[in-house]
Amino acid sequence: MNFLHHLLEKQRPLFEKGGKFERFYYVFEAAETFMFTPPSTTPARGTQIRDAIDLKRMMITVVVAMLPCLIYGMWNAGHQHYLAIGREADFMTKFMLGLKHTLPIILVAYAAGGLVEVVFAVMRKHPINEGFLVTGMLIPLVMPITIPLWQVAVATIFAVLVAKEVFGGTGMNILNVALTARAFLYFAYPTDISGSVWTLLDGASTVDGYSGETALAIIAETSTAQGSGFTPGAAVAALNSISWAPGLFSFENLFLGAIPGSIGETSTLMCLIGAAILIATGVGSWKIIVSVFTGAYITGLLVNAVAVNAYMDLPAHYHLVIGGLAFGAVFMATDPVSAAHTETGKWIYGFFIGFFTVIIRVFNPAYPEGIMLAILLMNVFAPLIDYYVVQANKNRRLSRATV
Amino acid sequence: MELISLGVRSIFIDNMIFAYFLGMCSYLAVSKKVPTALGLGLAVIFVLTTTVPLNWLIVNYLLKPGALSWISPQFAEVDLSFLSFIVFIAVIAGFVQLTEMAVEKFAPALYGALGIFLPLIAVNCSILGASLFMQGRPYSLIEAGVYGFSSGIGWLIAIVALAAIREKLRYSNVPKPLKGLGITFILVGLMSLGFLSFMGITL
Repeated sequence: MNFLHHLLEKQRPLFEKGGKFERFYYVFEAAETFMFTPPSTTPARGTQIRDAIDLKRMMITVVVAMLPCLIYGMWNAGHQHYLAIGREADFMTKFMLGLKHTLPIILVAYAAGGLVEVVFAVMRKHPINEGFLVTGMLIPLVMPITIPLWQVAVATIFAVLVAKEVFGGTGMNILNVALTARAFLYFAYPTDISGSVWTLLDGASTVDGYSGETALAIIAETSTAQGSGFTPGAAVAALNSISWAPGLFSFENLFLGAIPGSIGETSTLMCLIGAAILIATGVGSWKIIVSVFTGAYITGLLVNAVAVNAYMDLPAHYHLVIGGLAFGAVFMATDPVSAAHTETGKWIYGFFIGFFTVIIRVFNPAYPEGIMLAILLMNVFAPLIDYYVVQANKNRRLSRATV
Repeated sequence: MELISLGVRSIFIDNMIFAYFLGMCSYLAVSKKVPTALGLGLAVIFVLTTTVPLNWLIVNYLLKPGALSWISPQFAEVDLSFLSFIVFIAVIAGFVQLTEMAVEKFAPALYGALGIFLPLIAVNCSILGASLFMQGRPYSLIEAGVYGFSSGIGWLIAIVALAAIREKLRYSNVPKPLKGLGITFILVGLMSLGFLSFMGITL
């Protein structure tokens, strides 16, 4: 390692002011700080805060927290494939198949986004942002396994460019970057990211009665078919009576996540493990995670109480395990940049994400899932929540002041 | 129930800014600070809540084909609806004048902050737009009032949200050519992405 460090240090003058590759200084700096501690330190004057946590370590923690979801997602992609074609396969076969199809998506996302990052860093002379480590991993996890690679590239470039770089890079964006990428694909190429795209088929013939629908789609269909004259419990009954794969949408299986869906979002259990890592390391806000789940659960109970169709009648705890609610709550809503910053604000912000998720699922027939748009919507309102929380604090303290 | 549904629909689904892109000029220009934006939003709510029902009365008792028959049956053939634009604008301008005087009297600080944009509410597209939408839809008088009021609420929510984001944006490092209006346009585009959540809800 020392040898490599020396080699790198030898190139330093080339990149510093007056050197041949002065323009590319930040590319050099990124490569160096990625592997080694930079030689420059803060001058030892004045008050200093010493802490092991910096932006890079924080971002890497999030990536580590996502690994359970990623690994499970790879296995699940293979599992769904063999389930759909009705053949048995062992753990490794399923995992390798998922790996084969997931890895290109991850690589494309990192390459496309990294390119935009480097171009901006060189042109605008700012350091390369570590934030992309997380975004580049989040984007593949919220895509279906069958997504065309060029779409991943286009969406990543769009999101990094329009949602982040025009605002100045990491820490300055308004909307969550990974969700912007997904929303972009969702509205630009809807056929490749909705409907029955969630299972990898590879052209193989499927078992009898196969349908690649998600739990959300099945509930929505049951609800539309039965209308207002629904039988109570019809949604759960429909989930439990899947003919081609018995027990696929049982509550346990929905929680464990061996179901069709985007690569990383299916398993509530794995998301909770990720949440535990984020909370234990203090990287993610537990207030947001808890309040998203609470908001969704309470809203679920409320629509139960006034149910007029099968979807409104769906038991509230089902809302927590179907779709991407857990993944969104743990990895997307907690994004420290686009979330509310004040502590009271976090409760409000999270609660409304849960609230709008259920509202969109139940009342908006145009979208099967609501968490993506609910988080984007609350990203828009997060600064306003913060503003009024700060104002309320000011007013409270002013009223106590005796001048 | 019908009225609540109409209100929710005009606030979120048919939002003046994010669904119809009406009233953009003052929306972009007066959204630099939250208190100012709130003031303008309240003024817009007031003008919308008063002018839409008033214009409804004018349409239904003066302008519509046959509307004048309450005076005498011989006017049953008269159709004055070609006058609607000019009458709507006159009513709106009158009410904006009234609002302006009230704001100047009771909130002189806000009056100074809003500047030219307060009298310009008269030509704010969302206000004339609401009256014209009202004319084209089969609303009753009460519905027209609720529609005007909740359209105003939708506009207020949109402008205070943008203002709060723009206050936060002061800490961003926006590229020079995009500073000011450029980044605001991008921002509004991204905000309407969030508001797409409500598109397609049928109430």
